[in-house]
Amino acid sequence: MTSAHANHVFRALADPTRRAIFEELARQGEQTVHALTRHAGVSQPAVSKHLTILKRAKLVRHRRDGRETHYRAQPAALAPMVDWLNLYGAFWRDRFDQLENLLKRMEP
Amino acid sequence: MTTTSPTKSLVIEREMPHRPEKIWRALTEGNLIDEWLMKNDFQPVVGHRFQFRSTPVPNWNGIIEGKVLEVRPNSLLSYTWASMGLESVVTWTLTPTASGTHLRMEHAGFPSEESASYKGAKYGWTSFIGKLEQVAGGLQ
Repeated sequence: MTSAHANHVFRALADPTRRAIFEELARQGEQTVHALTRHAGVSQPAVSKHLTILKRAKLVRHRRDGRETHYRAQPAALAPMVDWLNLYGAFWRDRFDQLENLLKRMEP
Repeated sequence: MTTTSPTKSLVIEREMPHRPEKIWRALTEGNLIDEWLMKNDFQPVVGHRFQFRSTPVPNWNGIIEGKVLEVRPNSLLSYTWASMGLESVVTWTLTPTASGTHLRMEHAGFPSEESASYKGAKYGWTSFIGKLEQVAGGLQ
């Protein structure tokens, strides 16, 4: 149903700042840590720490270019979350049907 | 009627020709929950820890661990839903209508570290995924 990877993804995106960083990368494409720091409103060491966690979840990739490190979003890594939504979507629709059946059987 | 929100957050809403008080019983009384959801030791008491148990299948022990977060009789019920180490929150909202009740269920996932600030969050990660899917496109 889920895996260690799914857990990494869920935990990485638990933090609103990390979500904002990931969203910014998904929207704007590849960016340097400096550019992300300007956008994030937190210190550069903090941004770097967040990027490390996103990297562990495979949500971002990086490449070095001279003194700058560039980061890029890997939206395919969101797949476990999409799976989760699909799985529970089917589950709850079925349970809603059963709830309606029960309500019909109950006294008014 | 079943709708899922365009943001892909897991929301199911239905109009039901039953009074909120009756639906509330089905959502909160253990023997009734048995009949439509799972075997359980649920009690509608804030802080109460419970289990929903279904038949184990390969890779899943069939157990959901939960804790009651909020109880507003006949109008709102919210509890955590943890399975396989992933924690999420289920929230039921009952709104009376002329012909019965508008029942809404939202199942929002979030990892436990954010649970304290969950209510203050502008949006959960389910709508976050929806937004990203629009941006990234072709995610499936």
